[in-house]
Amino acid sequence: MSAVIDSGHAHDEHRPDGGIMRWVTTTNHKDIGTLYLWFSFTMLLVGGMLALAIRAELFQPGLQFWHPEFFNQLTTMHGLIMVFGAIMPAFVGFANWQVPLMIGAPDMAFARLNNWSFWMLPVAATLLVGSFFVPGGATAAGWTIYAPLSTQMGPGMDLAIFALHIMGASSIMGSINIITTILNMRAPGMTLLRMPLFVWTWLITAYLLIAVMPVLAGAITMLLTDRHFGTSFFNAAGGGDPVMFQHIFWFFGHPEVYIMILPGFGIISQVIPAFSRKPLFGYSSMVYATASIAVLSFIVWAHHMFTVGMPTAGILFFMYATVLIAVPTGVKVFNWLTTMWRGSMSFETPMLFAVGFIFVFTMGGFTGLILAIMPIDIQLQDTYYVVAHFHYVLVAGSLFSLFAGFYFWVPKWTGRMYDEKLGKWHFWLSMIFFNVTFFPMHFLGLAGMPRRIPDYALQFAGFNEIASIGAFGFGLSQILFLWIALKVTVLGQGEKAGQRPWEGADTLEWTHLPSPAPYHSFDEQPVLG
Amino acid sequence: MVKATGAALLALSEAAEAAYQWNLPTPVTRVAGEIYNLHLVMMGIILVIFIGVFGVMFYSIYAHRKSVGHKAENFHENIVVEIIWAIIPFLILIGVAWPATKSILNLKDTASSDITVKATGYQWKWGYDYLKGEGEGISFLSNLSTPQDQITGGAPKGEHYLLEVDNPMVVPVGKKVRVLLTANDVIHAWMVPAFGVKQDAIPGFVRDTWFRAEKEGIYRGQCAELCGKDHGFMPIVVEVVSAAKYAAWVAEQKMKTAAAADDPNKKWNLADLKARGEKVYAANCVACHQANGQGVKGSFPALDGSQLVNGPRGRQMEIVLNGKRGTAMAPFGKQLSDTDVAAVITFTRNNWGNKTGEVIQPSEIRSARK
Repeated sequence: MSAVIDSGHAHDEHRPDGGIMRWVTTTNHKDIGTLYLWFSFTMLLVGGMLALAIRAELFQPGLQFWHPEFFNQLTTMHGLIMVFGAIMPAFVGFANWQVPLMIGAPDMAFARLNNWSFWMLPVAATLLVGSFFVPGGATAAGWTIYAPLSTQMGPGMDLAIFALHIMGASSIMGSINIITTILNMRAPGMTLLRMPLFVWTWLITAYLLIAVMPVLAGAITMLLTDRHFGTSFFNAAGGGDPVMFQHIFWFFGHPEVYIMILPGFGIISQVIPAFSRKPLFGYSSMVYATASIAVLSFIVWAHHMFTVGMPTAGILFFMYATVLIAVPTGVKVFNWLTTMWRGSMSFETPMLFAVGFIFVFTMGGFTGLILAIMPIDIQLQDTYYVVAHFHYVLVAGSLFSLFAGFYFWVPKWTGRMYDEKLGKWHFWLSMIFFNVTFFPMHFLGLAGMPRRIPDYALQFAGFNEIASIGAFGFGLSQILFLWIALKVTVLGQGEKAGQRPWEGADTLEWTHLPSPAPYHSFDEQPVLG
Repeated sequence: MVKATGAALLALSEAAEAAYQWNLPTPVTRVAGEIYNLHLVMMGIILVIFIGVFGVMFYSIYAHRKSVGHKAENFHENIVVEIIWAIIPFLILIGVAWPATKSILNLKDTASSDITVKATGYQWKWGYDYLKGEGEGISFLSNLSTPQDQITGGAPKGEHYLLEVDNPMVVPVGKKVRVLLTANDVIHAWMVPAFGVKQDAIPGFVRDTWFRAEKEGIYRGQCAELCGKDHGFMPIVVEVVSAAKYAAWVAEQKMKTAAAADDPNKKWNLADLKARGEKVYAANCVACHQANGQGVKGSFPALDGSQLVNGPRGRQMEIVLNGKRGTAMAPFGKQLSDTDVAAVITFTRNNWGNKTGEVIQPSEIRSARK
């Protein structure tokens, strides 16, 4: 008998056959994570091309390239694709790869559900992008699809609604999987308050997703029945209320904002200590701050609607609740800085992106504080200031944290180091062009340029020109990232990575697994001391 | 020579100033002034925090690097510090919430106004109805007046490109003007930055805001809520004038209204009604259905050769008057007089390839409204 049981048996040889069916039928968390990441990067490039089409039109006053209605389709689809196709799936990809590795679990709790939640996404993306080609084109009602403008749209709107439904279902299934995995499959000894912060932030994010994705589904279903089945949820002539759509949408929409940033906070909280060679400062306060941000996110939604004409009491409540968010967010930034303080820092690409994240994300936080003060928001609501603000938190926040996470973990995923020199180039180009693109938009907003317009008055010409130049620089810099990613993953170039290439990294994937992590990892549970 | 160079430099710097505005526009109302100052205070606070936080960060990046041989310390918890840096921001926030609250109470106070004007958002223009106070009864539409060839690049752009209208809203200086906002089709937003005013116009609901302009002048704004195709082309222009000038404007408007009033029973001939219809078409229909009547494929239907336009007149009258649900076709019955509706229908039925030869009289529209 003992001859049969080979304790040195290498489980990573249990790979499925190659070919397309490996990816279609896979239930392996690493394969699915990879699928998520490539999917989201593809969508990032699609959404990015739309953004460049927008900036090309806005390079100069006058209409040069697009009709106004097509311009509206561009802004709308850019938003929808980036939010639901790029940022959200990218974080789920990170969760798939990293959550089992960081808690010492062999895979996700529901492996087949995992496969299903991914493979719904390409279907949804096809519907969404394909809506450009139906009569009337894609929806042009803005990514917020406010009624009753969205009830005027053509069949492109219906395709978008179905796409959002599918993506929502995918998110909910993914979240159930993540929560179940984290709560039930941690290695012995890993109590909740010993989990890595990335795992914590995803646990909280997953609860947010389960709470609000059904709310979005409700809103767009009501929209659908208003469009086709004669209901009047959002039509005053039938007893409905257009503003109710906004309340429901933003009850989803504000937690959604944190869904897109909390896992980013998690990644930064892994990278900063690793490259400071010093434990994270204030671990438990980080956990509590994340949880309080999540709770507060449910009671601030109407700050997106300060100009709809709310009663004074409502305005005051939402303004006070909104500024409160600055407290836990500030705690996080201070904790990161104190982690760096008196550390022994080195600045490889993940750390560059993490420090860059803190710098630019904090600026987005500052403008958020400005916008929270309702009288100032009266001037800035629906202007380019808002555009600047949310790109500071979503591009410099979410996207930069994703880049930091990619450079940080790719040695563990592939067993190879990425090209450090090109990585640094990627960081500096992204950082500089990001600010060239979006910083001038603050001034445009202060001067009163409305968002979502295809043409503008002459006084806005100067800053728009600068922003467009920056946008093309930023877009091209991401081609460099594509090359870096292809080199280290598909082409398998780069020097071999050791088990623990980062000196200060101390979570399970670095301490217990070789690089690359075997196809089946943690067949035996690691035990924490 | 020196003088000429100086003048050229001045012109240049003015042009640069026009192209690069850094801050909120110069306020001309108390509310806008409060907002301006609130923003300055906030920026001051933010600047101090910015310098403090990032001063620490960049010093740390400079001094605590591995490459300069700094050894990592191992501290990772300090309850006192954590409490302090939660409480200090909290106190700062209370400090700014106080003036913000006072300002909100002021800007929401629309009581005891001198003049009340209703502004209605249409796809894609504004309508103004003077409801109360001097000028009561005046009513007009306000359309973008920038010529199309400036937009498409056929002509050089004028100074107030996209920020000019045919009929501006006119108000007297120093009077409290309450603006009631509503919309005809989708949500629009009425924004005049110099007044510190932005209020959504919601179809089926009436919301209000107010301003008291302290300086005469022409103030410009734009629709601020995405409202479809020509969202970027429905500006707002408010002319603030002296009391005397305002009185003269009111008198002039009343005369115009009286002169423009049509005899509802007049029998029109085809040529006159078609000529009038062409003007109505240019002001209301051309944005979607286009000057050539071909519409925009997939979005807005063609009128040239359309079955509807060449079919029974009753169905076309119904759609022009009541709009078409679920599309951008607005109910024009609320905006246009019987004569204008009759004229525009007559025009479409006898223009391009459409040759019905029919003349629709205003009296038919009147009975179709019932």
